[in-house]
Amino acid sequence: MRQPRDCLGLPSPFRQRGRYAAQLGALALCLALIAVPWFGSAFYTELAAKALVLSIFAMSLDLLVGFSGLVSFGHAAYFGVAAYAVALLTPRSGAASLWIALPASIAAAGLCALVIGFFVLHTRGIYFIMVTLAFAQMVYFVFHDTAIGGGSDGIYVNFRPDASLFGFKPFDLGDALHLYYFVAALALLTYLLLARLLRSPFGRALMGIRSNEHRMRSLGYPTFRYKLAAFTLAGALAGLAGFLYAVLYGFVTPELMAWNQSGNVLLMVILGGMGTLLGAVMGALAFVGMQEAFSNLTRHWQLVMGVVIVLAVLGLPGGIARLPARIRNAIAGTAGKRGRDG
Amino acid sequence: MDIASLLIQVLNAVQYGLLLFLVASGLTLVFGIMGIINLAHGSFYMLGAYLAFALTALTGSLLLAIALGVPLALAFGAALEWLLFARLYRRDHLEQVLLTYGLILIFEELRSLAVGDDVHGVAVPSLLSASIALNKTLSYPVYRIAVSVVCIAIAAGLYLLIRRTRLGMMIRAGSHDRDMVQSLGIDIDRLYRVVFALGVALAALAGMLAAPISSVFPGMGSQVLIVSFVIVVIGGIGSVWGAFLASLLVGFADTFGKVLLPDFAGLVVYVVMAIVLLLRPEGILGKKAAP
Repeated sequence: MRQPRDCLGLPSPFRQRGRYAAQLGALALCLALIAVPWFGSAFYTELAAKALVLSIFAMSLDLLVGFSGLVSFGHAAYFGVAAYAVALLTPRSGAASLWIALPASIAAAGLCALVIGFFVLHTRGIYFIMVTLAFAQMVYFVFHDTAIGGGSDGIYVNFRPDASLFGFKPFDLGDALHLYYFVAALALLTYLLLARLLRSPFGRALMGIRSNEHRMRSLGYPTFRYKLAAFTLAGALAGLAGFLYAVLYGFVTPELMAWNQSGNVLLMVILGGMGTLLGAVMGALAFVGMQEAFSNLTRHWQLVMGVVIVLAVLGLPGGIARLPARIRNAIAGTAGKRGRDG
Repeated sequence: MDIASLLIQVLNAVQYGLLLFLVASGLTLVFGIMGIINLAHGSFYMLGAYLAFALTALTGSLLLAIALGVPLALAFGAALEWLLFARLYRRDHLEQVLLTYGLILIFEELRSLAVGDDVHGVAVPSLLSASIALNKTLSYPVYRIAVSVVCIAIAAGLYLLIRRTRLGMMIRAGSHDRDMVQSLGIDIDRLYRVVFALGVALAALAGMLAAPISSVFPGMGSQVLIVSFVIVVIGGIGSVWGAFLASLLVGFADTFGKVLLPDFAGLVVYVVMAIVLLLRPEGILGKKAAP
């Protein structure tokens, strides 16, 4: 690869223009999100916070699906593990320290992803999809069947984590406004972290593995270790989202890691356009918006959602998944088609 | 555990495993031959169970309901293949996942609209409602034995169909090389439609047979779907014989897991899968090169 490419995979002449557009869009999005608590009611502030949490979740999955070519259908497991970690770390009578609970839940999710990744990354293609689903289901049953986390009823997180550090309290998560900006800041941080990571040699290697794993291996890259690192990081970031979700809603159940949650987050990534971080964010926002709009219309909102999904897949010749590649090819004028899964 | 209760658990394990085989065999055929990952396969199981419930209420007999329901399921499968799945063959796995995920949502909500979200029971046919006494206190229902017998007969029929008939030859060839089969003058589109309809009918039949045992409830489809995935992974993609062995393995692991390790009952099956994946990532009877 002599030509430098950015994380959209655009060759350099198009890099600047693409980056300006992305930066402009990101800036507009940031301003809109900062403004939400001023213009929206408490309800919409919470909805926006939920959308931001799911954005983190979707970006973490995009690292796998969009950038590494690993279609994980079990991503909700890590989200759920971290949510349970907060719930279990919060004592009955008071709040846990944020500075312990946050890293601990992220670590729990990351560790879980590391162990599961070790098993699932030996497989590829259809197998990988099924095996990630099956392992996530296994985690679901751990919390559903055993008494660790209150079984199928779930548990309450009665106190939001306390942000005091050495007697100094920089912000109060009990305050809805503080909580919102805390979530927004972490979402921004996640975006910046991933964007930086994808421009690093590590990110390039992942994209190389996505395009052609054999070639990367011949070039001397230990591809398994790269994929495991990506899988673990994605799990840890999904854990961050799970942590924030539990703090936001104060309640965790095994349903947080049910397989349809994994389906939903995959949907967000694909809806927004795989392989662009901003796309994942847009997908999450669109998903929350659609969910809100449809569920106001009918109790059977999932029916509408299902029809939208089916029509979206059928209506785009070459498919949603190929759409970014098509646009990319159209811009670059290269008609060369290269299948990802061979 | 005495001999009688051990025998009951063994019979339960075999019956559960064989029922799962009906679902998983369709899944693995559709995978192996058409290269399609079908998340909505569990919905066909659910469809079968609800068909059994509705048709039994209508006709008064489960046997009649099955006789009516299987052709309905075949027709439904063929129509679905023609309408949707025929458009998916050359597509990415991701799109297949997405479309079939959308289908699950649609089927679940249609089920909820049509029948509601209550749990329903289906009566065991009076012909098979007896129980065989094993000792003074324990007995075993005839219906469960009948289910096992039907499943074994179908497994044998499937074996003969794939190994001994012209259609089976085409199916085997089609799983090998789609383009070559087509250039030999075999109508591959029709072959795919037949295979898909067969898979749908097998899953629906499993649902109908299971209806009196497990009752009919929302979410029954996804439960079975995920276990079927585990079976296909353990058995090796596209291998019907592998799916058979894996189904029995899962049946035993699940049944005895519930008896011996009740706290971790849901987990045992997945632990078995993890072990198989470590030792043979391509499944018990899978080909070395995964697709």
